[in-house]
Amino acid sequence: MLQGLVFLLVFQFLGEVLSDFLGLPLPGNVLGMALLLLALTLGVVKEESLREAADLLLSYMALFFVPAGVGVMLYFDLISQQWMPIVVGTVFSTFAVIAVTGWTEKWLDQAESDDE
Amino acid sequence: MSSLLSTPLFGVVLTFLVYRCSEMLYRRTRFILFNPVALSIVTIIFLLKSLQIPYQEYSRGGDMILFLLGPAVVALALPLYQRRQELFKRKRPILFGILAGAVTSIVTAAGTAWLLGGSRDVVLSMVPKSATTPIAIGIVEQIGGIVPLTAALVVLTGCLGAICGPEFCRMIGIRSKVAMGLAVGTAAHGIGTARVLEEDRFAGAVAGLAIGLNGLATSFIAPFLTLMFF
Repeated sequence: MLQGLVFLLVFQFLGEVLSDFLGLPLPGNVLGMALLLLALTLGVVKEESLREAADLLLSYMALFFVPAGVGVMLYFDLISQQWMPIVVGTVFSTFAVIAVTGWTEKWLDQAESDDE
Repeated sequence: MSSLLSTPLFGVVLTFLVYRCSEMLYRRTRFILFNPVALSIVTIIFLLKSLQIPYQEYSRGGDMILFLLGPAVVALALPLYQRRQELFKRKRPILFGILAGAVTSIVTAAGTAWLLGGSRDVVLSMVPKSATTPIAIGIVEQIGGIVPLTAALVVLTGCLGAICGPEFCRMIGIRSKVAMGLAVGTAAHGIGTARVLEEDRFAGAVAGLAIGLNGLATSFIAPFLTLMFF
């Protein structure tokens, strides 16, 4: 458990360093995920050593977002000034992205399996 | 009482308690508006406002919970690794799906806000709303919007995707785990991913992949599209 947690934190740190060093637009934790995937593929890190810690953190991921959401309370005034374009734009765009992304994947996937 | 509020324990305990209750309520009722993340956020904001507790008192503990988000995102590498062959086989649908989603997000968010009379600042702040917070903030600093507004929009988008995403996918005929994870992850980044993860681990991993790739795509496309239109 502890070993897995240490691995995850080390890879996050490596991701932060890489993001900083290369000036990439990606955040450290996302780069850390990519680096860990690479390490698993190369066999540098063993799947078993991560499993317990990864399962625990993944099953509570939703909880970790709550404090970020509470931060919205600081910007109520800002949102309420032009709430119409903001709210309608956000709602419409979110549904549009889900539909376009999902349909594109579905169609291309079907097209490729038809070719085989 | 006031000294108790100034320890991190206050924010940590409040978050855990409210989340636990929200989760229980959601499990009992299965009512989509009782999504545990969204309900917890609304409840905590309501409690802090009505008891007149400043956000800074809460965030001392809140930040400690938020810290765990970092290693949790890194942990998404594990389910991706476990299903790597399946993902690699579908690399083209996945990449083009994300690309289409990234363009759609920028155009529809900024376009709708502009059509409804949003000011230039607001329209620009809408652009990166589907990207994950650190990426969205980087983009909005570059193209010139209101940083705190973007941060709030990213959370609102995430909650919306978490509340309705999987149901909406089923409604419009998106049933495969890959397509659903990809769609919700692209539209609603981490908060959407957390919801998808509860439905299915593999779909959650695909959503996690979408956070990174959509963030990357948006940060490259957004500056060009905004230059063209504004």
